[in-house]
Order: sequence, then C-alpha cells, then structure tokens
Amino acid sequence: MPSGEKEHRGWSYLIIGLLLVAIWHLFAVLLNSIALPTPIAVFYAFISGIKNDLLTHLFISAIRVGYGIALALSLAVPLGLVSYKNRTDKFVAPLIYLLYPFPHIVLLPLIILLFGIGDLSKIILITIIVFFQILVTTRDAARNLSTNYIYSLLSLGASEKDIYRHVIFPASLPKILTAMRISIGTAIAVLFFVESFATTKGLGYLIMDAWSRMDYPDLYAAIVAMALLGFCLYVVLEKVEHKVCAWVYA
Amino acid sequence: MIESKGISKVYPDGTEALREVSFDISEGESCSVIGPSGCGKTTLLFILSGILKPTSGKALIEGKEVVSPSKEVALILQDYGLFPWKTVYENVSLGLELRSKPLQGLRGRRVEPHTGKKERREIVSSLLQDLGLKGFENHYPKQLSGGMQQRIGFARALALNPRILLMDEPLSSLDALTRETLQNFLLNLWKNNGVTMVLVTHNIEEAVFLGRKIVVLSSRPGSVVKTIENHKVGDVNYRNTEDFFEKCRAVRRSIEGGAT
Ligand SMILES: Nc1ncnc2c1ncn2[C@@H]1O[C@H](COP(=O)(O)OP(=O)(O)OP(=O)(O)O)[C@@H](O)[C@H]1O
Ligand SMILES: [Mg+2]
Repeated sequence: MPSGEKEHRGWSYLIIGLLLVAIWHLFAVLLNSIALPTPIAVFYAFISGIKNDLLTHLFISAIRVGYGIALALSLAVPLGLVSYKNRTDKFVAPLIYLLYPFPHIVLLPLIILLFGIGDLSKIILITIIVFFQILVTTRDAARNLSTNYIYSLLSLGASEKDIYRHVIFPASLPKILTAMRISIGTAIAVLFFVESFATTKGLGYLIMDAWSRMDYPDLYAAIVAMALLGFCLYVVLEKVEHKVCAWVYA
Repeated sequence: MIESKGISKVYPDGTEALREVSFDISEGESCSVIGPSGCGKTTLLFILSGILKPTSGKALIEGKEVVSPSKEVALILQDYGLFPWKTVYENVSLGLELRSKPLQGLRGRRVEPHTGKKERREIVSSLLQDLGLKGFENHYPKQLSGGMQQRIGFARALALNPRILLMDEPLSSLDALTRETLQNFLLNLWKNNGVTMVLVTHNIEEAVFLGRKIVVLSSRPGSVVKTIENHKVGDVNYRNTEDFFEKCRAVRRSIEGGAT
C-alpha cells in the first residue's frame, strides 16, 4: 500500500468516527428523550465512571472474554487443522453438522447447574460459542488447501508433523485470525448475556444496573466501555494478523 | 539408474492416468518426457519421487523400489511448489532443514547433521547468488516475477544437492529469452554435476535440447509411444544444427502418432 494512501486512511477513520458521534448527537437532540442522552452527557458519565469503578468492571469483563476466546482458540484450531485428513474429518464433520446449528446459548441453565454461577460458567459459555465459529472456519481452511502444497513439502522429505508446521497451519492462519475477529462481536454479545444476571461485576451488570436505576448516562457509559473492549480486541487482532501473516499483505 | 516398470495409475475417482509405462534412465543421463496435456506426466513424476503410489507396477531407483521420497531425489513442481507464506530464504532452505541426515553439500562441501543454521545459510546464499536472487532473501514469492519464482524453485531443489533431479515443466511459463537462459543453465548443470535429470515438458524443442533420451507418451491414459535416443545432446549450439531440427521432426511425428 502506498504510504500516501495510508495517511489518507488515518483521516478517514477520524472523519467516520466524528460523523457517527454527530449522528448520535442529532438523534439525541431530535428525540429529546432521557433514554438517549447526548454524547457529551455520556462522556461526562464515562469520566466519572472511571473515577468510580468502571475500569474494574471493564477489567473483569475483559478477563472473561479473553479467557473464553483463548480457550476456544486452543481447542478449535488443533481440531480444525487435523481435519485436513479424511480419517479425522470423519469424526469432526458430523460433530460440526450436529452441534453447530444448535443455539448454544440455551445451554446456560445446564452450564450453571454443572459449574455454578461464578466466572467459570460465563467463560465456558463464551468458549463454546466461539469454539464452533473458529472450528468451522479452521476446518474449511485446512480442507480446501491445495494438495500441491502438501506434495511439494513431501518431496522435500517432510514428515507428518512437518506438514502441520510448514503448510497446514501457516496456510490456514489468515482465515483463523479473520474468524477470531468476527467472533469478538459474538463473544461480547454472549458476555453481555451472561453478565446480565446473578453477578455484581462486569460491564453487563453495570448496564443492567444503570438501566434499572433509569440512569441513562451511566447506562451508555457502560455500553461505550463495552464497545471500547471490542474495539481494542479488534485492533490487537488486526495488528497480530499483519505481523504473523505478513505474506498476505506483502 | 531409474526404472519405471509397468507403472499404471488409476485415481480413486476412476480416472486412469497411466497405463503400463516402462522405461529406464541410466545414471547421469538426462531424459525428457513429452506428451499431450493431461496424459499423466505429473502423475508419473509424483510416482517416481515416491509421493504417489502406482496402482500397479513399480518405480525403482538404484534397484530399490521407491516407496517414499528419497534423499537423493529433488522434485521441481509444475507451479514451482513454493510456499507463499515463506520468504525466499525460508523456501530455499526448507529442504535442507527437513532432511537431517548428512548430505554431500554443493560443490563438495559437506553438510553435517544438525550443524544447521550456519552451513545452511552459506549454501543458500551462494545458490541465491548463482541464480541472481541475491538481495531478495526476505521477499515473499508473490513479490517476484514468474522467472524469479522459477529460479527459487531451482534453488530449493539444488540446495538439496540431489543425484536425481525431477522437473515438471519447469520452464513452461517463461518468456523465450529467459527460457533459453535457463535451458542452458540446466544443460550445464547436467554436464558439470553428473546429475540424472528427468524433464517433463510440452515443448518439443526443449525436449530435444535437453534430453539424451526422449520418452514420448500417448494421450490419457499415458503409455510409452516411443523412446528416442538423442546422443548429440550436450552442446549449447546444438539447437542451431540440422540434426536438432531433424530430431524435432522425429519427435513431432511420434507425438502425432500417439495422440488420438
Ligand atoms: N488427484 C487426482 N484425482 C483424480 N484425477 C486426477 C488427479 N490428478 C490428476 N488427475 C487426472 O489424471 C490425468 C493426468 O493428470 P496429470 O496431472 O498427471 O497430467 P499431465 O500430463 O501432467 O497434464 P499437464 O500437461 O496439463 O500438466 C488427468 O486427466 C487428470 O485430470
Ligand atoms: Mg502436469
């Protein structure tokens, strides 16, 4: 990408950001309802939230999402990669067909029954949902790989293990990282769901609490914090992707 | 010595690619394999290199049946077989990295097992230098031209210092000029290093310029139409002689006879 274009894109982010805030402001003024405070009001609520304990809740939510995604990743990626072989896919494919279309979120009561109402249950539900998103993508990536790459590696004297290290994993990595970026949105939606009851910590709790108090600036401040969490994860992942998949962007 | 003994290949989906292909290539010889598109040339090379198993018949190298890729053999694939996620340097050194047993290094240098990085670096750098790729070590294949990618493919194979070099249409996507240069390069490689070469090609002139023996395959399922001896091979100027053109005509006649 020419450097001039990059500079240009920095500006475009700023412009779009300001535009969105302006639209928000416009709506808030037009609606003139306490249910939609102006960006300025929310900004002040956010600052006073930071002085209070907003950051602690943000941190707790970040840990839950972080663990959930990390756990899902470490289970789904190996399983997806080994399904490049028909022998393994024989078992993985039915697993996906039978379990993926199923709405995993309804498992919550069962998970709470098994693992209690603490952090573990919250993390497990996030893990299950993100697991399938990453598994489906990783398996597709591994299975659609051109056999020529594998032949090419075999001709150099590679063993089975080398195939994963030098072909299957690096070739699937861009797709895995894209799947992860997509699953951030899902993970945070699930986070809100599991934090919205039976807990007194996390951004989901803050949102529900502010809502019940009809404190809309506080409510939106917590939403902004949640959006920031997603934004940061997204940016980190994109940076990682540019670093470890440099060949895609070269 | 490479022997193909009645090799037949039927793919799992029922496609019959090769039927009873037999020929042999003695040590240090160069052999061109020519035949129409889709006649099973790539399949044949995969079998000779131990990547695919024949349905019946067998491939022998030095009298031993080929069952898996051998350390003596390097294969250059049709589309170069480079890994887009590895840099030029990583692509070229990968084979050396994967083969850990002692190898006779390029130009007599020895590569000891597990000596690893330093010697690999030397071998790869001097090869990249020889092939005009110096300065591109950290580029990715897609950043280079087709001709350069082709040369990376050569460098990767030659880094293994193979006694047998199998090549699948290595020059087919190059322009005429680059192509001639690389043909001369291959001719010299064969003359000076004593490697046994098998060159699969679509191109009659290339087959005649580089193959002391020319195996003509029929259209699918590929079987040997004719094996043509071509003793005059070995000189760069061969391609301008009357003998050369006569040989080309002979090869063309066999191909037309075999194509149905
Ligand atoms: N994995 C496979 N499964 C089924 N059929 C295959 C497979 N690979 C190749 N074939 C078929 O076998 C035949 C021979 O293929 P091959 O690639 O060996 O031909 P080729 O002579 O190298 O062709 P080209 O000159 O176009 O490279 C073709 O009809 C091809 O479609
Ligand atoms: Mg081919």
